[in-house]
Amino acid sequence: MAKVLMKGNEAVGAAAIEAGCRFFFGYPITPQNEIPEYMSRELPKVGGMFVQAESEIAAINMVYGAAGAGARVMTSSSSPGISLKQEGISYLAGAELPCVIVNMMRGGPGLGGIQPSQTDYFQATRGGGNGDYRVLVLAPSDVQELVDLVIEGFDLADEYRNPVMILGDGMIGQMMEPVEFKEREKRELPPKDWATTGTNGKRKPNIINSLYLNAEDLEKHNTYLQNKYNKMREKEVRVESYNVEDADVVISAYGTTARIAKTAISKLEKEGYKVGLIRPISLFPYPYDEFNKIKDDCKGVLTVEMNTGQMLDDVRIALNGRVPTYFYGRTGGMVPTPEEIVNKVKEIYGGAK
Amino acid sequence: MAIAFEKTRGLTDIPTHYCPGCTHGIIHRLVAESMEELGVLDKAIGVAPVGCSVLAYKYFNCDMHEAAHGRAPAVATGIKRVHPDNFVFTYQGDGDLASIGTAEIVHAAHRGEKISTIFVNNAIYGMTGGQMAPTTLVGQKATTAPYGRDEALAGKPIRMSEMLATIDGAKFVERVTVTTPAHIRKAKKAIKECFKVQIEGKGFGIVEVLSTCPTNWGLTPVEALRWLEKNMIPYYPLGNFKKPEEGK
Ligand SMILES: Cc1ncc(C[n+]2csc(CCOP(=O)(O)OP(=O)(O)O)c2C)c(N)n1
Ligand code: SF4
Ligand SMILES: [Mg+2]
Repeated sequence: MAKVLMKGNEAVGAAAIEAGCRFFFGYPITPQNEIPEYMSRELPKVGGMFVQAESEIAAINMVYGAAGAGARVMTSSSSPGISLKQEGISYLAGAELPCVIVNMMRGGPGLGGIQPSQTDYFQATRGGGNGDYRVLVLAPSDVQELVDLVIEGFDLADEYRNPVMILGDGMIGQMMEPVEFKEREKRELPPKDWATTGTNGKRKPNIINSLYLNAEDLEKHNTYLQNKYNKMREKEVRVESYNVEDADVVISAYGTTARIAKTAISKLEKEGYKVGLIRPISLFPYPYDEFNKIKDDCKGVLTVEMNTGQMLDDVRIALNGRVPTYFYGRTGGMVPTPEEIVNKVKEIYGGAK
Repeated sequence: MAIAFEKTRGLTDIPTHYCPGCTHGIIHRLVAESMEELGVLDKAIGVAPVGCSVLAYKYFNCDMHEAAHGRAPAVATGIKRVHPDNFVFTYQGDGDLASIGTAEIVHAAHRGEKISTIFVNNAIYGMTGGQMAPTTLVGQKATTAPYGRDEALAGKPIRMSEMLATIDGAKFVERVTVTTPAHIRKAKKAIKECFKVQIEGKGFGIVEVLSTCPTNWGLTPVEALRWLEKNMIPYYPLGNFKKPEEGK
């Protein structure tokens, strides 16, 4: 198929419809309004349904209803709205319902601002709501990857019966880039024989539920969920890496900051610095093993984020003290420049190339 | 031998956990019988609340969702939009519907969602041990209103049916109770009428059922019935607030 020029947020909508999503429940918030706007315009044309909910809480609970009823369903928001959705995300995870949730992050805390940020990394990768659960978190760094991950996200959600979160930021949502909707092979997915469709008098009632009053039963359920998350850890790690084994300094960044880091790396290479990149694409499960490829005498791993150091924790877990770690971040909607990253890498080099 | 009475197929055989004399059980039966008699049980999808009736998903013999506290109308919206030909209902308490879930019920009604809501008003938070609800009467004692509800501090109890009846999308609104056989018959009639509004695709319907909580009211089951009639009905008048006009 030919490439088309699309804004990130609209590409999310197009990708969802391409993936067979026919239900969208959302509430307006900048910088992701083009997603609900696109869905309200395009879903009716394909026999789908858009509902503007009264709040993000209602929207995610509508998702809970629609997902339990067996539909491919999506919601999207930005940081403050995602906070409100946490109740529902916890219930979705507990009841094992598939859905795709998009967070185009903006600066916080509180109302914060409307400029791009990466401040919801902890919330996204550690569950976010109450209880011991995980959602699959995928972080695209360009619009093509955004499209591919949204489409794949629906399959992953169905395969694992688990919410999938697409973690982008205001920048990727607003950016225009050429995208291609590639031919893809159909995945074998388990039948949704658990969905509520009415018994038609032919089977026992299906129940969508996250309540286990008996402690032993709830522990069993948690163990079962953890096994599922471990399977994701085994099978769903996605990472792009560049020159990791050789590098004197490795930069770790995801999403928008990873793109900026790439520009910084090519500048540094021209000056003779040996700099690698680890770009996690799945933030849960996190590509911890990739960091094992870093040589012992590497001068340091520089984590770059649009926050004050959140993924940095995972980098430290991965390295376990083997190599020094450094951090560079901007906040509030300020975006790091390639020059700032270049300077930080040179600082780590300490003058000696 | 001729069978004079059979338990409705709308309820499972699992014994309910309700306290002796609690009217949740009667209301369950009326809902289940109504679904069976209207022929919608096999295509019913119910939504249970958080509250004493949280386990309703085990008792109704149809597909069920357990919702977060107060969110049943939003969950039901999601279900009904996916399965417009199925029969979708919520069963909610007064803390669930009239406090934490006010936004969800008001907007489900206002969108005219074609769902039916059974609203069990017992003027108390039963499940958590008798705290004040927005529906607790002025002067009524609760564990968080140990001196009785003080209007100056907590306002007057909220009348949900009257409020919802002002919303265009709400096509059927009635308040009933289940304290006597006559009231139970009327309650069932209202529930069936409410369900028909959904079946005929007319819009949102709700039946508020004044219900007892002998345990948290500190009364015997019979005293609780009489207390409800004497104190709740004067503040929460029974009757129909809204129904579709004939032929519409
Ligand atoms: C978000 C959240 N807040 C609080 C609770 C605790 N809680 C459980 S049941 C309940 C009150 C239910 O009262 P009501 O809806 O009147 O039902 P009843 O038990 O009286 O039938 C509360 C506050 C909860 N489960 N979830
Ligand atoms: S606590 Fe009250 S509402 Fe709950 S089951 Fe007992 S009597 Fe019924
Ligand atoms: Mg109550």
